[in-house]
Amino acid sequence: MSCHTTGAVLDEEVIEQPPTPVGPKRLRTVALIGPPNCGKSTLFNRLTGLRQKVANYPGVTVEHHSGKMKSIGRSDLTLIDLPGIYSLATYSEDARVAVDVLTGKMPGVPRPDCVLLVLDATHMNRQLMLAAPVFSIGLPTLVLLNMSDQLESRGGKIDTLALAKELGHPVQLISAAQGKGLDVIPEFLLRAGSKPDDGSRPVQLPILQSAASCRNWATQVTGRTKYQAPEAALWTRRLDNVLLHRIWGPLVFLAVVVAVFQVVFTIGQPLSDGMGIVLTNWGAHAALLLPDNWLRLLLRDGLWNGVQSVLVFLPQILLLFLFIGILEDSGYLARAALIADRVMRAIGLNGKAFIPLLSAYACAVPAIMATRTIENKRERLATIMVAPFMTCSARLPIYTLIIAAFIPNTKFLGGVIGLRAMVMLSLYALGFLAALVTAKMLNSSVMKASPAPFILELPQYRWPTPQGLALRLYDRGMLFLKKAGTVILACTFIVWVLSVLPIHGAQFSALTSSYIGHLGHWIEPVIRPLGFNWKIGIGLLSSIVAREVIVGTLGTLYGVDPATHSVGLQAALRHDMTLGGAIALVVFFAFAMQCTSTLAVVRRETNSWKYPAIQFAYMTVVAYVAALVTNQVIVRLF
Amino acid sequence: MKITALSNAKVGSAGVVERIDLPEEVSHHLAHLGFLPGTQVEILRRAPAGDPRVYRIDGVEVGLRNETAKHIFLKIKKEDAA
Repeated sequence: MSCHTTGAVLDEEVIEQPPTPVGPKRLRTVALIGPPNCGKSTLFNRLTGLRQKVANYPGVTVEHHSGKMKSIGRSDLTLIDLPGIYSLATYSEDARVAVDVLTGKMPGVPRPDCVLLVLDATHMNRQLMLAAPVFSIGLPTLVLLNMSDQLESRGGKIDTLALAKELGHPVQLISAAQGKGLDVIPEFLLRAGSKPDDGSRPVQLPILQSAASCRNWATQVTGRTKYQAPEAALWTRRLDNVLLHRIWGPLVFLAVVVAVFQVVFTIGQPLSDGMGIVLTNWGAHAALLLPDNWLRLLLRDGLWNGVQSVLVFLPQILLLFLFIGILEDSGYLARAALIADRVMRAIGLNGKAFIPLLSAYACAVPAIMATRTIENKRERLATIMVAPFMTCSARLPIYTLIIAAFIPNTKFLGGVIGLRAMVMLSLYALGFLAALVTAKMLNSSVMKASPAPFILELPQYRWPTPQGLALRLYDRGMLFLKKAGTVILACTFIVWVLSVLPIHGAQFSALTSSYIGHLGHWIEPVIRPLGFNWKIGIGLLSSIVAREVIVGTLGTLYGVDPATHSVGLQAALRHDMTLGGAIALVVFFAFAMQCTSTLAVVRRETNSWKYPAIQFAYMTVVAYVAALVTNQVIVRLF
Repeated sequence: MKITALSNAKVGSAGVVERIDLPEEVSHHLAHLGFLPGTQVEILRRAPAGDPRVYRIDGVEVGLRNETAKHIFLKIKKEDAA
């Protein structure tokens, strides 16, 4: 009893003490800077617990990300992740952004109070070149030598104490991937915050030292601190002997691409079907709790049908992102860029365009933002213009729906390759082809080719961490669910309301005599030659917001049957569309610019409405013509 | 010792960078990857299509197209080892 009391008194005393020594100058903002591919994004995730794209490819982090440093108990501090740069010389947009933030010239971003400089410990001679210009900015800086695990395991050595003495800034070996050595960060922040600020800090602009002098300095410093570079990872060399082999390389490349689509189908489809059944059951059970009136109709037939017909594609989208994540994080993507460069050059695009274009397979929005790594303005614009042709994941719902409904599940080569996966793959190829042709056209007319070099750093192969992949999937999954819960929900609501109004007496309208029925019949003459009925027309209109909305709209429109779920929608479409119309529909989606987010990001990145307007008009015309030809050809053939 | 363009050096050979005749923003980028006079380069491999090729400089592997590599000159130290 007495013990208890004493404890309580002690607790009170502890509470009454000031929590942390607060210095004269309070820290608010911390900047994280480092060369590309030094593991900066991994460290950012470690420190903030915030999800950010982690990729094993130079130049992926273009946007500046920020987050509260929650994971080390400093929620009062904001960590700003700067783009990965080799130097502060402002040849690229990335470096300009970094310099602007560090010198407090970036509008809306407070000037950082201190800097965490991340360097890859396995390449010190090169990485240290960034240190001199960063120090010259004059902010308190902590030097973090990342990848200590790799340095040690491959026999490298560095004397961090001697290095700290040379640099005049604290130095620590860390492993962001394994979370080792990070204790030094809160200590540094505490010291940086409690140091009296006498205002005498030299405020000077970064000196644009020549690369050669930076290099000399770096080599001298590493020499004096007895730096021993680690041996090259032998298995990276051995793996590249196969993966970049003259014959095996391209074969593996193709096999990887085919395998991804095959697995997305063979594993994703049953998962989607199962999810569809579960969601329909939930809807049916929940509907029984509601009174049997218009509210039940609205919630079940209108909203639930629409939203769940989009939700069932979550497994396939997650699988696709899992594969893209593995390819990026392992380092294979850079090899793929090396293999693909020949093709990219043939159409006059920079090899660097390959990465944005490849990530456009997931979503055009981050891809268009990633084009900032392309220094050449015209090539960057060309890449932005063609990126939305790449088959993004928002096209998957309508593709899988139509393929499952209209393409027989035939297998070839003893069941290894399926007809459905092949059709899907050809749709991807179609988008790629459209991008190639468009790039070629841009290149030979408006934008003449210019000699921008292809310089590609090949990172060591790494095992993708489950944590990194999980964060990526969580991020993408939440994005998709949020969309389903907002944009798609709103669209299906509007579609449902318009499909039951006006009210005649006490009765809802029949679909054909509703507002949406009238609108659909009004536009039908335009789309009839493509083999689309008026319901598809409404789907096309609603999907201008986002491609996947069409599935929700069709789910709602065909949702008069209480038992409608994805399978029911397939049956409804089979009954209501010809083969020609169905194939024309996916062809239309392969080309059309049905995405307001992409248009908005193109507007932002090009700083003009001209380019998104041209893009929208061009892609819609191509889509219409292609769908028209497809339908007419199939109608005549079969 | 003979001086040759990087794009002409055989896979497997190695040398020391002599000079780089490229526009400043390109040579600046290359410099930060280690392409500076006096640095040792090894011609590691070619991409399946033959171009670009992969060079090893200062522990880093860098892919360059021949159109870029032909402006980088090196003093060959080691002829094809294989």
